[in-house]
Amino acid sequence: MKRVSLVLILALAAALSAQSAAAQTLKTVKERGLLSCGVSQGLPGFSSPDDKGNWAGLDVDVCRAIAAAIFDDPTKVKFVPLSAKDRFTALQSGEIDVLSRNTTWTLSRDTSLGANFTGVTYYDGQGFLVKKALKVNSALELNSASVCVQTGTTTEQNLADYFKGNNMKYEVIAFASADETVKAYESGRCDVFTSDVSQLYAERLKLSNPADHVVLPEVISKEPLGPMVRHGDDQWFDIVKWVLFAMVNAEEFGVTQKNVDEMAKSDKPDLKRAFGTDGNLGEQLGLTKDWFSRIVKAVGNYGESFDRNVGSGSKLQISRGLNQLWNKGGIQYAPPIR
Amino acid sequence: MSIEPRSRPPQFALRLKRALGGRAGWGGFALQVAFVVVLAWIGYEIAANARANLETQHITSGFGFLKNTAGFDVSQTLIPYSGSDSYTRVFLVGLLNTLLVAVIGIFFATIIGFVVALGRLSPNWLLSRVAGAYVEGVRNLPPLFQILFWYLAVLAALPGPRQSISLFGGIFLNNRGLIVPTPIAEAGFWPFVIAALVAVVTSFLLRAHARRQLFQKGRLITIWPYVVGLLVGLPLLSVVVFGAPFTLEWPVLKGFNFAGGSRVIPEFVALLVALSTYTAAFIAEIVRAGILSVHTGQMEAGLSLGLTRGSVLRQIVIPQAMRVILPPLTNQYLNLTKNSSLAVAIGYPDLVSVFAGTTLSQTGQAIEIIGITMGVYLLLSLVTSAVMSFYGWRISRSLGP
Repeated sequence: MKRVSLVLILALAAALSAQSAAAQTLKTVKERGLLSCGVSQGLPGFSSPDDKGNWAGLDVDVCRAIAAAIFDDPTKVKFVPLSAKDRFTALQSGEIDVLSRNTTWTLSRDTSLGANFTGVTYYDGQGFLVKKALKVNSALELNSASVCVQTGTTTEQNLADYFKGNNMKYEVIAFASADETVKAYESGRCDVFTSDVSQLYAERLKLSNPADHVVLPEVISKEPLGPMVRHGDDQWFDIVKWVLFAMVNAEEFGVTQKNVDEMAKSDKPDLKRAFGTDGNLGEQLGLTKDWFSRIVKAVGNYGESFDRNVGSGSKLQISRGLNQLWNKGGIQYAPPIR
Repeated sequence: MSIEPRSRPPQFALRLKRALGGRAGWGGFALQVAFVVVLAWIGYEIAANARANLETQHITSGFGFLKNTAGFDVSQTLIPYSGSDSYTRVFLVGLLNTLLVAVIGIFFATIIGFVVALGRLSPNWLLSRVAGAYVEGVRNLPPLFQILFWYLAVLAALPGPRQSISLFGGIFLNNRGLIVPTPIAEAGFWPFVIAALVAVVTSFLLRAHARRQLFQKGRLITIWPYVVGLLVGLPLLSVVVFGAPFTLEWPVLKGFNFAGGSRVIPEFVALLVALSTYTAAFIAEIVRAGILSVHTGQMEAGLSLGLTRGSVLRQIVIPQAMRVILPPLTNQYLNLTKNSSLAVAIGYPDLVSVFAGTTLSQTGQAIEIIGITMGVYLLLSLVTSAVMSFYGWRISRSLGP
């Protein structure tokens, strides 16, 4: 009888104490002392661990920048690897504070998932990877091909739309993780591997003979990749949004990881506002006055992070393209810090 | 002094008290009611809490998403399906794929399991050791590894479409699957089917008649010439009278893959082989336990009557063993059905893969989708248990009082 009532009381307590995640993510993160960041399970250039377990990539840098802005320490991040299937549930349930996992910004994800996109880290598009031996030069020659995709991504739907729109037949094989998809493509189960073009370059590196595969020229969709946070916490939403904007503005101002301290002493009004010498913009966000310099010291500006992870300083060698600054031919544009 | 007989206490109230509360009486009944009320209230609290949380975060809830267009294609569909169908149709496609692999898997697993069990019990030393090694090896490895092994082994062994192995010029085997010609129904299709059905039913009636004649009057009638004549002759007659039942659509290599014909995808074959061999190892042990539970005197008595070992097993030992075999066997069937959800690892589009995987990521409605999937598996398990219980009841009835 005593055992039964104890179990009942515990169950009651559990049912009653589950509270809705109120608008206090910043407070929770500060109390925990760590930022919980949802990343991929290993996508070179965006979020992948090296052989010592240290995470690196463009998405990883965004999370480290947030941690630096809050704690002045870019290592105070806990990375949670998530598959495409369970990334949104992890964010909805509160397991992670921010999802920085090369996720495409779409209307249905912005609304029905109870989450908000805070900006665009990388403007991407969907493409196709084929073996050079098939002698295919364009995606329009892929009628009745077998295509491997990763399940639960926008890729599947774009693929269906593209083939239907061009009156082509195809066979789709959908796998749970990117690794299995690539393995099936390599073993010859399918002729084509389709994903975002940046992922194609990254996964091609994992193949046994990267030079035998070619990315077809067609880009069949818009895939703006960016971080996601939950609905209902405007302060946290602003923080994550402006951390990314700070990185882009830093590149516009010419502030790099090396010259931060110098630039902090500058007399230019927009630099004084950004560095907190003038006004208290950082505190308005809920961060400290030196939030901007903390970010750039930790991960550099957007251009530096891009080069280091996916650009000319990395194995992927992807050109800036659309991701160049707006005044240099691309479309990366951050609102002014004032 | 005379002894007054006590008046009988009211029977109805006593029996009601015993029925409702057991030996604890009315107190026991009150406890049960309180327990059910508390349980229901906890369930309600959890549901209300979940609903409140979903609303705060503006996560869509409800089942309206089932009507939306799916927008993606599936590699194996038993019913016609295209990307512009609704999520409900996706659910049906996934469910049918799961049922297909579960039913065929159960069939093969049972056969392999029985064979291996008999092999392990055989007096032949080599056979019993090989069967034992199979059981020990297979049941100790996790099913996911076995599924991946069979998939990679199957894929690695097969050539690409342009170097397909072709049988009889119309059947092709490559790493996209086994491609066979599709039969297309012609005018003579339904008469052919009806003729075949009539032939089969008549054969069963003939068999029942022959058995009755044998058991009641002692007359032995050979019916197999009539059965063969019926099964061959009636359909042949319908072909002659009504025309060919179907024509074949031959597969032709066009570009990347074969056009025309039907395909059995390698994912299905790998999953089927892996699940069948895995579950068969467990079924073999259950069958072996069941056979060992029957008194050895039965086998000795049967052999002393002059029956062969096979006959004794088939007619005497195994029917008695079935009572012990059936409950754990039902367990293994349920395990096979649930293990089929590992299909997502190799890209086989079963219920979990297309519904609780792709649809969940696209709509984000985790609670509803997981709830439906769990409900479906629960329903499948309950139906399987019910069927097996009925079968067990039939057997125990026929074994006599």
